[in-house]
Amino acid sequence: MREAEIRRLLAANLLCALSIVLAAVAPAFFLDGFSVLGTHLTWLCVCSVCVATFNIILHLVLKPNQSPKRRAFAHKISRFLKCCIYFFMSCILFHAIIVLYGAPLIELVTETFLFAVLLSTFTTLQCLCLLGPNIQAWIRVFSKNGAMSIWESSLQITSMCSILGAWFGAFPIPLDWDRPWQVWPISCSLGATFGYMAGLIIAPLWIHWNRKQLTYKSR
Amino acid sequence: VDSGEWDVLIAHFLGVDHCGHKHGPDHPEMAKKLTQMNEMLRSLVDHLGNDTLLLVAGDHGMTETGDHGGDSEKEVNAALFVYSRTPLFGGGPPEEPETIPQVNLVPTVALLLGVPIPYSNIGEVMAELFAGDSDAVSAALQQLSVYHINAKQVDRFLQSYSLVAQDLPAEQLQHLQELFSSAVEEHTQLLTQMQGTTVPPELKPRLGSLIGRFQRYLREARAVCTQSWARFHPLRMVGGCILIASSCLLCYVASELAVSSQSLCRSCLLYPLFWGPVGAGLLWLIHVFTQEGLDLLLVSSWAAAASQLGFFWHWWGQHLKRAHLTGSQPPLASGGLRQRLRAWLGLAFPMGILFFRCGAMFSDSFVVAEARVAPFLLASLVMLLVGKLHWDGHLTVPEGPKQQLLGVSSYRREIWYLLCLVAMLLVCVRLSSFFHQCREEIPQCRPSVFLSPLASLRNTRAKNLFYLLCVALLAGLVYAVQSWLRHYGNLNSSDPLVLFVRWGFPLVVLCIACYWAVASSADDSLGKLQELVQVAVVVFPRAVYGLASMGLLLLLCNPMTVFAKDTRESAGSIVTPYLGVPGSEVDFLHVIPQIYKRMQESQKSRLERGSCRATVAAYGLGSVYSAALVIALTLLGFLLMLLHSERLSFAFLLLFVEAFVLLHIHTCAKGLAGDAELFSVPWCAVISWLLAASQFFYSTGHQPIFPAIHWNAAFVGFHLGHSMNLLPAVLVGANTFASHILFAVGCPLLLLWPFVCEMSNSQRKKPKKESREELQEVEEHMMEMRLRESPEEFSTALLQLGLKYLFVLGAQLLACVCAAMILRRHLMVWKVFAPKFLFESLGFVVSSICLLLGISLVMRVDCAVSTWFSQLRLR
Repeated sequence: MREAEIRRLLAANLLCALSIVLAAVAPAFFLDGFSVLGTHLTWLCVCSVCVATFNIILHLVLKPNQSPKRRAFAHKISRFLKCCIYFFMSCILFHAIIVLYGAPLIELVTETFLFAVLLSTFTTLQCLCLLGPNIQAWIRVFSKNGAMSIWESSLQITSMCSILGAWFGAFPIPLDWDRPWQVWPISCSLGATFGYMAGLIIAPLWIHWNRKQLTYKSR
Repeated sequence: VDSGEWDVLIAHFLGVDHCGHKHGPDHPEMAKKLTQMNEMLRSLVDHLGNDTLLLVAGDHGMTETGDHGGDSEKEVNAALFVYSRTPLFGGGPPEEPETIPQVNLVPTVALLLGVPIPYSNIGEVMAELFAGDSDAVSAALQQLSVYHINAKQVDRFLQSYSLVAQDLPAEQLQHLQELFSSAVEEHTQLLTQMQGTTVPPELKPRLGSLIGRFQRYLREARAVCTQSWARFHPLRMVGGCILIASSCLLCYVASELAVSSQSLCRSCLLYPLFWGPVGAGLLWLIHVFTQEGLDLLLVSSWAAAASQLGFFWHWWGQHLKRAHLTGSQPPLASGGLRQRLRAWLGLAFPMGILFFRCGAMFSDSFVVAEARVAPFLLASLVMLLVGKLHWDGHLTVPEGPKQQLLGVSSYRREIWYLLCLVAMLLVCVRLSSFFHQCREEIPQCRPSVFLSPLASLRNTRAKNLFYLLCVALLAGLVYAVQSWLRHYGNLNSSDPLVLFVRWGFPLVVLCIACYWAVASSADDSLGKLQELVQVAVVVFPRAVYGLASMGLLLLLCNPMTVFAKDTRESAGSIVTPYLGVPGSEVDFLHVIPQIYKRMQESQKSRLERGSCRATVAAYGLGSVYSAALVIALTLLGFLLMLLHSERLSFAFLLLFVEAFVLLHIHTCAKGLAGDAELFSVPWCAVISWLLAASQFFYSTGHQPIFPAIHWNAAFVGFHLGHSMNLLPAVLVGANTFASHILFAVGCPLLLLWPFVCEMSNSQRKKPKKESREELQEVEEHMMEMRLRESPEEFSTALLQLGLKYLFVLGAQLLACVCAAMILRRHLMVWKVFAPKFLFESLGFVVSSICLLLGISLVMRVDCAVSTWFSQLRLR
């Protein structure tokens, strides 16, 4: 049972990583002059949308946390709206934090905001998919021994890896190498993406190795 | 070129260098670029006149990869192409052209243009260029005179240089001097023998030999200089690095030691102090016997090394003993190991940030961008702290059974307080980046507008607005400090210090405001009042200096800001005032004023009830240490604001706010984490404190480069200059290291703040209660008097805090020193690493002195409190 679920997680994560690769490669066939570095804004949009749709589809297909009750349609709508609002708020919050960390305040607002959207896609959207618009549950998941299933452990790891990747992505900015990817926010968004992909791959492996120690509380 | 309206044209072609960096020397692109250059030169040559000399020189070579900056053969060798329409060489250009040092270009070009050779040149003229198209003899004469001028200049430079600096060896100088004087003598002799333009044929070989002698002189002089100047002492460098590293290790070990055992540290720290002088004395004796010159630097470093060895020796001995003791109890040891592992993991975060901070010193780009690196790391550290608190579940309410069922957990109420503090800190950090000075390495950077003095502002309205804002800010600062003191009851007594805080602070602000008004007003607008202005510019700052030093003196003389109200009957039963053990009566000593009224009422009721025991009520005893520090910091803040330009006082406001917020964050974090160790300051707090210090070094408009020093700070209050060097050095130093000073003096607050805040926190939790219970509650509020309860632990904690601070400072310094040592051949060493090293080491000295001053102020207060208690007991 556990092994099967881990395998499912691995497959889902690999598919997700593949979708990111696809988002970087595929648009070059449709759009003229598309490249991750050159048309970075487009890539940010494409990547966010791609990851978001893929995650939502994956969530709908796999349904890792099935709620036993059948809910009314209106309830679902309100839930969806709530999710949208939460996502937007998290974008704003990320934007504010990025600016407080030293991003330019007035120039490059679009870039910064799209970077915030990307970060939200990597972190908040996953939370929304898995836990729904339930802040209490989010708080629980992001604390020691808070995860209750391997999906939640995976969520922990991928979110942290994305944030960490974005943080490390800021490191090359001051260097004088004159490379095109050192421009704000390319290095950070690339860092976040690589961090996210690393998290996607690490998570099943880590869970597999620590499966003896990981004991999930039953709901 | 064709216009002819020029004497010298200098062109710099960046393309070759750029191409070399990008592709390397053997790339087709490079060949293309070089062909382009050839084309350019060919077309240029066609436009040259007969009397024009074209010099094409590369300033450096490149390695196989196209980089440069090192000292390899390929990097330091470059081509020199000399072209003129007039033939330069007698019979065709030489087959194998000789190599000449680059410094030779300077005297050659200078003399060809007919301007004096620059004073500090040690190059040698290129004689071929001075031959002209005349016959051999006149050419030789021409060259001789040129050499003569060159040699005279070099000699003059060497003489005046040797007067200032002693690093050129005396005997070699003597030798050079002899060479020079003999050559000049022969030169004059020759000139007198020649008489006119005709040269006797027998003099021709002498001419040649004389030129050779001048050449020899010039080359030897250059060799002596390069040998002495471009000299590093790798052994001494490594020794110094090891010394710093072992000092850091000592600080770390000692700070760990201070926790575990109080008695050990005395033997470990005191005895090695004697080892140092003993080691130095031994060295001195050896020197006396061997009759060698004594190098003070060497002796002091040996002394330091000896005392450190002593420390480690003692420590190792103790360690072995303890290991032996714990070895007999295996279960305890394993538990200790596990705990130690956990402690190491806890250390990993702040130490990781420190590691990044130190690693950033090794890259010139990061040193250049350090103004952005320090705030980034500070913000990350604080976020990490909060994240870790959350991860460990300290922020959530312990789950009840019901919540456990639902799988949800809710936050404590303090979380909002903590989050607000973090947000405030981040905002402060972000705002402080508006006060940065620029370095020339970042060409697109514009220096902050706040750096220029108000006097340079053209717009009168903006000037007035800024002036009013600055003054309002000062007044606000005074108000904030006073209300803080009042809140903790330190403003009640009628001691001179308290009176000074009440009346002296506004006076200081008034003086500063007047000085700013006078200094920022336009010079000519005041007309007749000019003389008055001249006086005012001097008087007001001096008044501030005087008042501030008076305040600091008062603080040293009587640092108690405690108001004691004695309600005891004079001959009545004497209540034992304070004996460490909290009894019911004794604790009235430590009462704080907010609850004073209610206290007094209950007191009265008690008295009325017939129990005629009376007590002493002391206000502000709970925050007596912090109050002294806050007063000192405020005074220092005023002084430093005076030394900066007016609008940088905003940066100082941010500094105070940020320090305040940091203290609160760490207090809050400590409270939430439920640390059992009240007396130890976490590493996280110390590192963030130091990061904030270096952040505000940049945010007060400084950079670790010499052009960015605010020299005009030396003339605040000394309008007409100084008679000696010490005072301006102190003023400029205080200006440059303002944030180091403030943060180092305020360092003990990190220890004291949790005690100060203890009361307000617990009071908020329990709003109103019956008077009886309140009395019970009062007993818990001992605040800083908890420190006095265990004086041993208090002193240990202070020592530990100081050691931790020194360790972090030392780690930064070590990184800086290592960077300067390892990268001493780096292209940017004189632009980036060496100045950074100088600033960092000066900052280290200033910080450690101020840290000692801050700690000694706390100890002075402690002494004063002790005498106060003993007086109380006597009464």
